[in-house]
Order: sequence, then C-alpha cells, then structure tokens
Amino acid sequence: MTDTTLHQQEYHRETDDKTIFGFWVYLMTDCVVFAGLFATFVVLRGRAFGASGGDLFSMPFVLTETLILLTSSFTCGLAILAAHRGDTRRVLGWLCATFALGASFLGMELNEFHNLFQEGHSWHANAFLSSFFTLVGTHGLHISFGLLWMVVMGAMIMRRGLGGATVRRLICLSLFWHFLDIIWIFIFTIVYLMAA
Amino acid sequence: MTNNIEITHIPHRRGRGTFLTYTTGYVSSILLTLGAYVVVVNHILNGGTMVFVIVAFGMSQLLVQLLFFLHLGSESGPRWNLVIFLFTIIIVAIMVGGSLWIMANLNYNMIPPAVNDAQQYLINQ
Repeated sequence: MTDTTLHQQEYHRETDDKTIFGFWVYLMTDCVVFAGLFATFVVLRGRAFGASGGDLFSMPFVLTETLILLTSSFTCGLAILAAHRGDTRRVLGWLCATFALGASFLGMELNEFHNLFQEGHSWHANAFLSSFFTLVGTHGLHISFGLLWMVVMGAMIMRRGLGGATVRRLICLSLFWHFLDIIWIFIFTIVYLMAA
Repeated sequence: MTNNIEITHIPHRRGRGTFLTYTTGYVSSILLTLGAYVVVVNHILNGGTMVFVIVAFGMSQLLVQLLFFLHLGSESGPRWNLVIFLFTIIIVAIMVGGSLWIMANLNYNMIPPAVNDAQQYLINQ
C-alpha cells in the first residue's frame, strides 16, 4: 500500500473515532438533562392532591412497552453487526425491525397519554402529572427523533450503500438508541414500578 | 517538504460486539425486567426492601446494557468513553442527590401531601 492510502485509512479511522467519541459526549450531556427531569419528578411525585400513580398506570401495558423497546435495542445491535460485515440487506432488514418496534412503542406511549388526558389527568391537573408528562414526553420526543433518523439512514443506505460515513452514522444512531433504552429502564423503575 | 512529524498512532479500537454478547445482554435484560416486574406486581416485598430490590434490578440492567450493548470499558487504548461516563455519573449523583437532600429539608415539604386547610381554601375559590 502506498503512503497516501495508509494516510487516508488512518484519517478515516481517526475521524470515525473522534466523531463517535464526540457523539458519546453529547449523549452524556443528554444524560444530565434527563437526570434533572428525574430529580424534578421524584421531588414532585407526592404533589398529586392524594391521587397516586398506581391508579393511573396499567402495569401489563408498561411491561409490554418496555419489552418492545428492549427488543428494538437488540435488533439495532444486530443491524450494527451486519453493518460491520458489509451486509447491506441485513442492515436494512434489522433497521426496519428496529423502526417497527420503536414506532409500536411510541404508539403505545401516545395512546397512554391520550387516555390519561381523556380521563382528566392532564399535565394541568397537578405537579406530579406535570413532571410525569415532561419526563416521559421528553423521552418520547427523543424516540421520535431516533425514528426519523432511522428513516433517513434507511434512505441513505438504499441510495449509497454502506460507505465509511454511513457506517459511522449508523454507529452513532445505535449509540443513541441504546442510550434511550437505558433511560427507559430508569423511567420504568422510578416512574412506573415505584408507583405501584 | 511536507510536515513529516511521525505520530505513533496508538490503535484505539472501539469495543465491538458479537452475536453472542448482544444475545446475552438481551436475555439478561429481559430477565431483570421481568424480575423487577414480578416483585412489584405480586407484592412480594414491601416498602423500603421493595424499593431497594427494584433499584438493584434496574442498576444491574443498566450495567448489562452498558457492557453488552454499548461496549463501555471494552475499548483498547485510553478509555476516554469510560472516563466521560464516570464524570457524568458524578454530575448526576450531585444533581439528583443534592436536589433530594435540599427538598427534603424544606419546611414546605413538612406539609403532608394530603390537602391541607390552606390548599382546600384556595381550591374552593
């Protein structure tokens, strides 16, 4: 190999590492944002004029949501494995699966919000619900952006295949998606399980 | 003459998974989720113990997902990802712990969560 090709490889590898590390730092700042929302939620969870979260939440529903999101995190990992192998069709397949599961999760969450709203448990009702909708809603907003990102990545892969930049972006997307599942673990534990 | 400073590039490989690691992580996470769920729904424990157990399940699943999905700590070379993560944990601990500590010490929070006379008066307005 010539010196220039080695240089280019070095450059690409270093760019990859730097970009992905930078994205990791962003995820850590996002973590701090969620920590603030969690702290607010925990402080305000008693301010519900006597109503309790346990009355509002359906545990089997939430368990289903959780397992769906967890599975989507798994299929995302499989997509990355396929990307490292250069298997374009598998990547698209697993990416579609991840999107389908993520969209199901989001649909279920929106359904839950809608039902709460209809029953009068909106974010106007009390402080506990305000903080609940803010925390879980922010997570849902992140999920929405992740889904949009998946659509864009799918389109990009279909048009350009698995080039260097594309794989790097897929890795960032997978970091993002795994991170969201981790945040959901905390929401599941602190918001839903502790309400019961 | 181009600038020919030789930088010995220390190979820094990001952690990578295999099908086995992802599957292990997935199955472990399912078990931990179901474990916590079963403890709560069946009222196996009460109060402080239950909270402790649920949180333990949650922390374990966090560790599983960090290790098996995010490959944290398995990079070769300087583990900057791990360092930044630990720093974030410190910040989060200070923020959340501090908030809870301060709020627990405010007089306002001494009013029981049930509606008190003042609040009832305002509601009646």
